[in-house]
Amino acid sequence: MLAWIVLSAIATPLVAIFLGPAIPPGNGSAEATQQVFDNEWLVAVCTPVFVFILLFLGYALVSFRSSRTAEPMEGPSLRGDARIQIAWIVVTTVTVLALAGFGSYELLQTGAGGGQGPSAAFRPTGYAQALDVQVIGQQWEFTYRYPTFGGLETPHLMLPANTLIRLHVTSLDAVHSFWAYQLGVKADANPGTDNVVYVKTKGPLSFDVHCAELCGLWHGYMFDTGQVVDQSRFDAWIKQQRSYFSPVAKYLPPYSTTYLPDPQRRAG
Amino acid sequence: MDARSRKLLGVTAGVALAGVLIGFYISGYLVGNQTPFTPQAHGSGSARSVNLTIQTVAAIGPKLAPHPNWVSYLVRDNGGNWKRSTIWTLPANTIIHVTIYNFDGASGLRNPFLGQPQGLVGKELVDGKPLGAMAPDQPSHTFAVPELGVLALVAPVADDAKNPCDFAPCAMSMAHRTITFTFRTGKKGRYRWQCFVPCAAGFVYGFGGPMQTVGYMDGFLNVV
Repeated sequence: MLAWIVLSAIATPLVAIFLGPAIPPGNGSAEATQQVFDNEWLVAVCTPVFVFILLFLGYALVSFRSSRTAEPMEGPSLRGDARIQIAWIVVTTVTVLALAGFGSYELLQTGAGGGQGPSAAFRPTGYAQALDVQVIGQQWEFTYRYPTFGGLETPHLMLPANTLIRLHVTSLDAVHSFWAYQLGVKADANPGTDNVVYVKTKGPLSFDVHCAELCGLWHGYMFDTGQVVDQSRFDAWIKQQRSYFSPVAKYLPPYSTTYLPDPQRRAG
Repeated sequence: MDARSRKLLGVTAGVALAGVLIGFYISGYLVGNQTPFTPQAHGSGSARSVNLTIQTVAAIGPKLAPHPNWVSYLVRDNGGNWKRSTIWTLPANTIIHVTIYNFDGASGLRNPFLGQPQGLVGKELVDGKPLGAMAPDQPSHTFAVPELGVLALVAPVADDAKNPCDFAPCAMSMAHRTITFTFRTGKKGRYRWQCFVPCAAGFVYGFGGPMQTVGYMDGFLNVV
C-alpha cells in the first residue's frame, strides 16, 4: 500500500504535466484545448489505478509463484471480507460517478466539439453572433457554404481566427462524418439533417479534414486541408472565391440547412 | 508433433490461405485486374506535355468488361485503340491535354456547385466553345481529381440525337460531344479520380456499381 501511495504520488503529476498535454488534438481551437484539459484529468485519474494494477501484478507474480518442481496445488479457500468489499465498491463507484460528473460538466459547456443535432442544447457565450459555415458531405468530397456571404459555396474550408463558428454539417447522399482534427471537431453528416457544432478558432493554423464514416469506395481519400487565417486574409479570400465561382452561383439552390436532391434522371 | 498440434496447424494454415484468397478477390474486384496505361509524353522540361484521349460510354458492352451494362470510361492507347483502363501513369509537374469524347446522355448533378470547371489551365471547351458553368441537370459525367482541385464537366449527347451509341466501343461517326481541357499534374503521388454525377443506372441513388469500382467511373493517376 505504501509503495502504491508513493509511486502514485510521483507518477500522477508527471503524467498530468508531461503526457496529458501531448495527447491530441492540440490547441487549435477552444474546444481542442478543452479536450486536452479533459485528457489531462482522465490520465491523471487513471494513473493511480494503473500503478495499482502493475504493482499487484508484480506482487502476485513474486508471491504466488510456485516452484518448478512442486506439484501444483490449490490455495486456501477465500472467505468474504466486508471491509475490502465495501472499500472497492465505494472507491470504484465514487471514481466512476466523479468522472461521469466531470465529463457531463465539460460536455455541457459548449458541446465539446461534437455534433449536437439541429437544435444545439449546449451553446457557448456569444453564440448569436457566431459565423455560420455549412459543411456538405457528398461521395467523395466536402464542400462548404457561407450563408453570410451570399451563400458562396467552395471546395475549400477557410475560417477567420479568434472567431466563434457555428458549423452546420449535412450530407447529400450517404452518411459521412466531418472530422476537423486539430480543431477538435467531429460531427456526423447525415442526409436531411442539420448537425450543429460550435467551435471557437484561435490563431492561424492549417488543420486536417477527414471523413470518419465509411462512405464508399473513396472514403479513404476523402480528406482535405482547412485553414484558420487572419480576418483580413479571410475577407480577401471570400472576395476571391465569390469572383471565381460566380459562373456557377446562379445554379446554386438557396441556402438551406439541409438539401434533399432528387436522384437525377436515370439515377434511381 | 501430436495430432492436436497438426490439427491446429492445419486450421491456421487454412484460415491464412482463405484470408489471402479473399484479399486477392477484393483487390482484384476493386482494380478490375487492369494494367495501368502510360501515354506518351512530348517535349522536355517545362515544355513537356501529354495528350490523353478518353471516351465515356453509357455501357461498356460485352467485349471489354465483366459488367456489360455498366457506364464507363475508356482510354485510347498509344496505338490508337480504345482500352479499358482507368489507371494512368503520368509524369509529375506536366501539362496534360485531355480530350473526352462523350457518347452518353445527361444524368445531372446532385450538387449544382460541381457544375463549374475548376483547377484547369485555361478554359474547358465543349465542342470548341468555352464553358463557364453547366446547369445541374445537364452534365453527363465529370472528370474530377479532388486532390489536385481539378474538375471538368462532360456535356451530354442529346436524347433525340441520331445514331446514338448504346455500348462500347463507339465509332466516331456516332453521336458524341467533344470536351477538351488542360490541367497540371503537380508533385509525384497517387491521386484518385472520379465522376461526381450519379450516373450508375439501376443502383441506389446512382452511386453503386460502376461508381464504386475502379475501372469504370473511377481510377488513379499514378504521377511519377
